[in-house]
Amino acid sequence: MWQGRIGVLALVFVAILAGIPMCAAGGGGGDNQLEVYSWWTGPGEEEGLAAMVQAFQDENAGVTFVNAAVSGGAGSNAKAILASRLLANDPPDSYQRHAGLELEDDVRSGKVQDLSALYDREGWREVLPEGLLDNLTIDGRIYAVPVNIHRANLMWYRPATLDELGLGGPPKTWAEFLDQAERIKQAGRTALAIGPQWTQKHLFETVLLGELGADRYEQLFAGSLRWSSPEVEAALATYQKVLSYSDLRSASGDWQPQIDRVVAGTAVYAVMGDWASSYLEGTKKQRWQQGYAAVASPGSDGVYSFLSDAFTLPTGARNPEMAEKWLVECGSTEGQNLFNPKKGSIPARVDADAKLYNGYLGWALGQWRNPRTRIVGSLAHGVVANNAYNAEIDSALGLFNQNSDLNGLAVTLDRTYEATR
Amino acid sequence: MTVRGTAGIPAPARTAIPRPVHQPAPTPPGAALKSRRTSSWLTALRYVGLWLLVAFFLMPVYVLLVTAFKDPGDVTVTGIFALPSSFSLDNFTDVWPKLSNSFRNSLSLSIPASLLSSLLGCANGFVLAKVRFRYANVVFPLILFGIFVPYQAIVIPLAQTMTDLGLRGGADRTGGLAGLTLIHIIYGLPITTLIFRNYFVGLPDSLMESARLDGAGVLQTFLDVAVPLARPAFAVSIIWQFTASWNDFMFGAMMTTRESWPITVALNNVAGGQSIPFGQAMAGALLASLPTLAIYLLLGRFFLRGVLAGTLRDN
Amino acid sequence: MEGDWLHQPPEPVRRSARMRRVPGWLAGLGLMSPSLILVGVFIYGFIGWNVRVSFTSWQGLRPVYDFVWLDNYTALWNDARWRTDARNILVFTTVFVVGALALGFLMALLLEKGARGEAFYRGVFLFPMAISFIATAIVWRWLLDNGSGADTAGLNKLFADLGLGFLRSDWHKSDSSWAIAAVALPAGWALSGYVMALFLAGMRAIPNTFRESARIDGASEWQVLWYVMRPALRPVTFSAVLILIHISLKTFDLIYALDQGNLKIDTPSLYMWFTTFDGGFYDRGATIATVLLIGVALIIGPYIRYWLRTERR
Repeated sequence: MWQGRIGVLALVFVAILAGIPMCAAGGGGGDNQLEVYSWWTGPGEEEGLAAMVQAFQDENAGVTFVNAAVSGGAGSNAKAILASRLLANDPPDSYQRHAGLELEDDVRSGKVQDLSALYDREGWREVLPEGLLDNLTIDGRIYAVPVNIHRANLMWYRPATLDELGLGGPPKTWAEFLDQAERIKQAGRTALAIGPQWTQKHLFETVLLGELGADRYEQLFAGSLRWSSPEVEAALATYQKVLSYSDLRSASGDWQPQIDRVVAGTAVYAVMGDWASSYLEGTKKQRWQQGYAAVASPGSDGVYSFLSDAFTLPTGARNPEMAEKWLVECGSTEGQNLFNPKKGSIPARVDADAKLYNGYLGWALGQWRNPRTRIVGSLAHGVVANNAYNAEIDSALGLFNQNSDLNGLAVTLDRTYEATR
Repeated sequence: MTVRGTAGIPAPARTAIPRPVHQPAPTPPGAALKSRRTSSWLTALRYVGLWLLVAFFLMPVYVLLVTAFKDPGDVTVTGIFALPSSFSLDNFTDVWPKLSNSFRNSLSLSIPASLLSSLLGCANGFVLAKVRFRYANVVFPLILFGIFVPYQAIVIPLAQTMTDLGLRGGADRTGGLAGLTLIHIIYGLPITTLIFRNYFVGLPDSLMESARLDGAGVLQTFLDVAVPLARPAFAVSIIWQFTASWNDFMFGAMMTTRESWPITVALNNVAGGQSIPFGQAMAGALLASLPTLAIYLLLGRFFLRGVLAGTLRDN
Repeated sequence: MEGDWLHQPPEPVRRSARMRRVPGWLAGLGLMSPSLILVGVFIYGFIGWNVRVSFTSWQGLRPVYDFVWLDNYTALWNDARWRTDARNILVFTTVFVVGALALGFLMALLLEKGARGEAFYRGVFLFPMAISFIATAIVWRWLLDNGSGADTAGLNKLFADLGLGFLRSDWHKSDSSWAIAAVALPAGWALSGYVMALFLAGMRAIPNTFRESARIDGASEWQVLWYVMRPALRPVTFSAVLILIHISLKTFDLIYALDQGNLKIDTPSLYMWFTTFDGGFYDRGATIATVLLIGVALIIGPYIRYWLRTERR
């Protein structure tokens, strides 16, 4: 008679019991908490973030730091969750974005607060290079605090491979690269290692930068130079040729296997950002200028195409005072010096202690601080294009891989630029 | 493409694949020898075919096991078919810390989701099969269609609603797990309803007759007669629903933050991440599949019924 | 009143003390109401909401509920990526459905007469269904590696070792516009056991006497297959085809984990996800989702009707 009722109760009871551990999952709690949203979950960056958090908590006793990290610069769920929280006006207290136009939609939709006053108060305009400040500025205001700087326009190689093949040195222009590539191909090796879709976009912007030069590169993304203009179409044609010397068809894995092929010597060059350095030093146990080397990608010597992880102050943050303190920590010399050596990037500030940065990073820091260096922003990493435009470029490049229609690519990019600005 | 979607519509628990019935056919005496020879030749062919298929289906398992138990230093893409020259649990010990948390998350969401969804489904199935009410012939097909709806078609409103309810991601104390459980309960309802409905349709009304004659109402009969009778259907439904929730990726990716990731999202992160060696990816895939595989091995009968149900068919 | 809830003709009214009891149909509705509300809101309400979004120009972080008629649909029609996706899903569906059907049928046929250790074979053919598509994709990603020369790996390596080197393929990275057909391999691995189960159950449901009498009449095994089994299996085949098509249209996790961002294997469901959540094109995402839903409804709607009708008989 009662067994059905007992059964139902048992089911509900077990369900509740099994659900209890859930409550421990999200963590958090406490009144004075600061929720910071980032995608720093990889090796190095996670430790760097932890060091900053530690310092922050030492200074602000009693605050609970909620690390709402969601993985993967490439993982789209990070962006998706953040986007929906912003849509619902339920933002974390501070969230990470790439500095630059990746923030544009947030700004136009009123999701983030103007930090210009904070910049003035902290004197950040004096310690950050002008090219960076330009790229941080949207509609005349600044909305994010950069913690670190990565460089995108680098070409990596193994010096020994160049010696074996009798190549005098890495190419200075893409035309020279194509010459070398033909010789490399005849020697039975791959001229350029490439990885998945986003690494192709990374190569794409690098070729554009090298072929167009910094000024026209910036004009292109500012809309004053059209994709279908002759010089840009010529650059696109170069990209197509460069790609034809890559292992695009057989490439497997993400950027690490791409770099691995350079280390192994089956491929000669790879275009990749400077996070490759900490991978080569750490995982592959290679030394700068011995096992591996990098130069500015062809045609971009003296130009520093950067990307930067930056934090924001969202509109409607629950704990804005604490969030502002966090931003101050992010912009401080101490904070940047705690984070960057671990992450394998350089501080955005030009007055941070240079002694902490050796090997590749020492070289990079020198370039970054050189007043003659021209600073431009990376496309693939959100500086010079907003999210919508970037997503459309993804589609267009993916289609281009299939149909090789150069003119179609240029026309599509012109059209989507207009549609997403 | 979740398993829930693939299952389509389960059949009642009373059916499984019947055993073959083999009665030797009365053969004309003269044909006996010839037919025996061809049939033994055919039988041999049959077993060759079966073993080739077994090889095909187990090949990925072989690769997975061999790679996962190799010493991480011996793992290479070119050598995934090579027999292991070493044995090591390093891949597992390396990957487990990255998955353990989400393993627990998945358990604590899949169990309530499967139990509660089945309970509600049982009530629906009972009412649809045994209680006459107007518009049942409209309601039932509408619920059925829910099995097949592509989740893309509801995900934008769902994301909005869950955020508005404060059940999503970082805003929620459970990191979105409670909301995710709710989602699995709701989107499991169509299939659990069908499982129970088909089961109850197959039961003679007389089983509930005495309760009715005793003056028991619908609720009472449901609790005292229907639920105990439906035990086999519960097994099918709970197992099916557990598998579906455990294997879901899309809702998990949408709802949770890093702390509250379900196992599939964490696994995709391990294997799709940028620097994880694939020995670990394989070990992770194995670990993430253990619970559903265990259920499959131990309770395969019920699992099969859930699968078969798939087609709005009664066989 | 309380007596009429079971499928029985209402009995002569027994006016007992229980007159106050709620009528059976109302109690039944009450029992179902939580589910009805949830399904109503979370499935049909949301579908409506999604369709509504597809008629707006909502892009980015601020919902916009204006009304732009069919603009998004016409834009989709002219969208090069959508066209590629539509073609891809057609190729994939064809290869996957035909392949899984053939393989599933073959397995069922081999098992139909009962093999020693049948449970073992069945178990092996069916177990991939218990595994998530993410895990499936992780393993198959390495099997479908397309490295060449010294980097030959995965299935290609196996082929080379077995002296079947000519079978080498670039799989889903191939330049051919059929690259997406390679995805049918893991998908078929995952789901043809399901087709086998359907066919096997269907075959066993055919009364043995039919076959035996055909044999006695001198029919060969092939004739039995063709004239007895084929017509009897037509409804099962019909079901399997429709279910497989609908699975194929929804394919998401598998491709997501296999090689996301590779447009050669892009499908509408992936495009929807990325354009919505990466690009912020909610209008376009909702439009793709609506088209997808219509596609599934066209397949499944008549099927549900057909099933309900045959069941009633």
